[in-house]
Amino acid sequence: MYDTMKILFGLFLFVAFFTAPLWFNSFGTPDYKPEIVYPENYDECIASKEYMNHYHMNILDDWRDQVVRADIRFFVKDGSPYLINGEKAQMSLSHTCMKCHDNKSEFCDRCHDYLAVKPYCWDCHVAPEEVKK
Amino acid sequence: MLEKAFTGSKKYWTWIIFLLVLIGVGGIFYLRQFNIGLTLTGLSRDVSWGFYIAQFTFLVGVAASAVMVVLPYYLHNYKQFSKITILGEFLAIGAVVMCMLFIVVDMGQPLRAFNMFLYPTLNSMMFWDSVSLFGYLILNVIISMVTLGAERKGIAPPHWIKPVIIFSIPWAVSIHTVTAFLYSGLAARPFWMTAIMAPRFLATAFAAGPALLILIVLILRKLTKFDVGKEPIQKLAIIVTYAMILNVFFLLLEIFTAFYSGIHEHTLHFQLLYTGLEGNNILVPFMWASVVFAVIALYLMINPKTRVNEKFLIIGCASVFLSIWIDKGLGMIVAGFIPNPLGQTVMYAPTITEIMVSVGIYSIGILIITGLYKIALSVRNQLKYSTLPD
Amino acid sequence: MNRRNFIKIVSFGGAVTVATKLSIDAFSGTNANQHSGKRWAMVIDTRKCIAQGGECRKCIEACNDSHNIPKFENPKDEIHWIWKDKFKNAFITSENHYLPQKLNEQKVLLLCNHCDNPPCTNVCPTKATWKRDDGIVMMDWHRCIGCRYCIAACPYGSRSFNWRDPRQNIGNLRDDYPARTKGVVEKCTFCDELIARGGMPACVSACEEGALRFGDLNNPDSDVRKILLDNFSIRRKPELGTSPEVYYIV
Repeated sequence: MYDTMKILFGLFLFVAFFTAPLWFNSFGTPDYKPEIVYPENYDECIASKEYMNHYHMNILDDWRDQVVRADIRFFVKDGSPYLINGEKAQMSLSHTCMKCHDNKSEFCDRCHDYLAVKPYCWDCHVAPEEVKK
Repeated sequence: MLEKAFTGSKKYWTWIIFLLVLIGVGGIFYLRQFNIGLTLTGLSRDVSWGFYIAQFTFLVGVAASAVMVVLPYYLHNYKQFSKITILGEFLAIGAVVMCMLFIVVDMGQPLRAFNMFLYPTLNSMMFWDSVSLFGYLILNVIISMVTLGAERKGIAPPHWIKPVIIFSIPWAVSIHTVTAFLYSGLAARPFWMTAIMAPRFLATAFAAGPALLILIVLILRKLTKFDVGKEPIQKLAIIVTYAMILNVFFLLLEIFTAFYSGIHEHTLHFQLLYTGLEGNNILVPFMWASVVFAVIALYLMINPKTRVNEKFLIIGCASVFLSIWIDKGLGMIVAGFIPNPLGQTVMYAPTITEIMVSVGIYSIGILIITGLYKIALSVRNQLKYSTLPD
Repeated sequence: MNRRNFIKIVSFGGAVTVATKLSIDAFSGTNANQHSGKRWAMVIDTRKCIAQGGECRKCIEACNDSHNIPKFENPKDEIHWIWKDKFKNAFITSENHYLPQKLNEQKVLLLCNHCDNPPCTNVCPTKATWKRDDGIVMMDWHRCIGCRYCIAACPYGSRSFNWRDPRQNIGNLRDDYPARTKGVVEKCTFCDELIARGGMPACVSACEEGALRFGDLNNPDSDVRKILLDNFSIRRKPELGTSPEVYYIV
């Protein structure tokens, strides 16, 4: 290869520049954390905060397939129907999750906007705050 | 070998840039359609397929026509077609890519196109259509690149390519048979619900495709040193002639069945096309133009004196192409939807968006074909102006 | 290894992977069927659908309202799940110029017939529409690619396509039902979300004349079975072999 040293040097510069954000963030704690507003009369959620943080999209995808494609509508946890205020909980973002987490912009959007995540679910699904207008 | 498409004369690059401009314009119109929706087309609740799908239908036939040069050469050792097979295969590649693009621009949710392969549905003809189109593209790319690559090295192609080429022959027939099945299996659309849909597709494919190939070969002879000779052109012309005769014959058969039986479900659609229906006659002049072109084509192609004369051959081939393009690209799809299942006549006309996007897609196809032909002719050293030595 | 061989190996490996996944998927089972032998059907009693001089639209408004159905002025963008058209159009294959003028011109309700042998589900390339075991022809708007093959296949004109984003044109937006987006096909689903909770379709509940009946054909005591036993009924285009499950009493 001709100009090996120049090429390797340029390559190194490029990789360093390209991965710079990783280096900046990997030392010390990040100085910004999105502030999310939890619902006021918050009893319990169907799973722990940590679990939901990781898996809420997987849960929603699974619910979507169960409700739309298999017509199985009620959430079953550990073998028995999950109850919220004595009623069987539906596997539905609108009917279940957003009954407590009814403020999309202060709960969902805070993290999503920070991470530049744009779930296209809202192309079709309607958030409660759109209706309140 | 691909780098040969990136070197060329001033004329070559002017042509490429012209095509790129058209593609850019088409792209802008498509971007608007992608953002706002297919409401920018002339389509409606009643006429839900229109110009885009019609172009796809027509181009599937052109794509399949490569088999008309491949079959005689590889299966029957008709040596006269030796120089032309690569051109047929490259034309097929361009046509198949255009088919796929026309489908993509017609889809409501094109980003979900992969769903067809994630959730294959074996009873859906559209699934099989996508499989066969994709397979045909891959087949033609492999075959053309391997054979041309071998030619470039001055050796015979590897022996395993022969069964692949033979395999591409029934596959070519399958792509437009499956496309015909898209239409001919629908009980809801009596205009399409005819067993002769697939034979008509075959006949129009084997007429329009080789006719286009003849025209292209003559253009190439003018622009470059590439001359296939008189024999292959005449043989192709005979194929076009018989195919066109069959095509017109099949059309007359359809008209007989419709009008002799008098079933409204069948006659009304023909009336829309050839006499107008409830005051809607926009398609009538086009369909009769198609008939006129067909008559001119048949006369010039059947009469041996005019078929042999290249001036008349050009008019004949162009007439074949135009007649079939109007029939399939303008008439067939729209007439299937009008009158609608409730007997109402709701008209359709393509909008500027549809036309410009279609121009863009045709330009992409022509660009691909130009590039591929440039490669083929460079390999054969048949360009008028010599390229840089490779 | 040179560039060419590398590309060949990667493409071939990729193709084999895709082909394997396709083959596995093609033979995978269908969705869970657990509706215990029900077969939903609807009976429309055209003799009773005459309120407000035949201009009553309570069922249509109820459906449009509960499902975020948009209203477009431009007829080519229109979305209809349930709508009215003249008898002579609804039953085009029973052309009869000497039917009483009133009957020929009478508006009848039209909707998806939830056929027993649906041509639309036969042609959908992604199974975005399919027939449930309880008879409902269902829609999955997550999967629909908007190819409109189902629209071409429906002999009754029951399906609509979202030519543009419907959100702006929805009168009374509700959050308990999705609004759908541009580029997907939609139609009546017999209010599967209400039936799942033991309810009736919105149109049936809204009709105050008793013109709409809904029930389980497999249950000999159901509303629909009884009314079909006692009254002459017709279906749209039965000769096509679709076996529509919306019956019209004339």
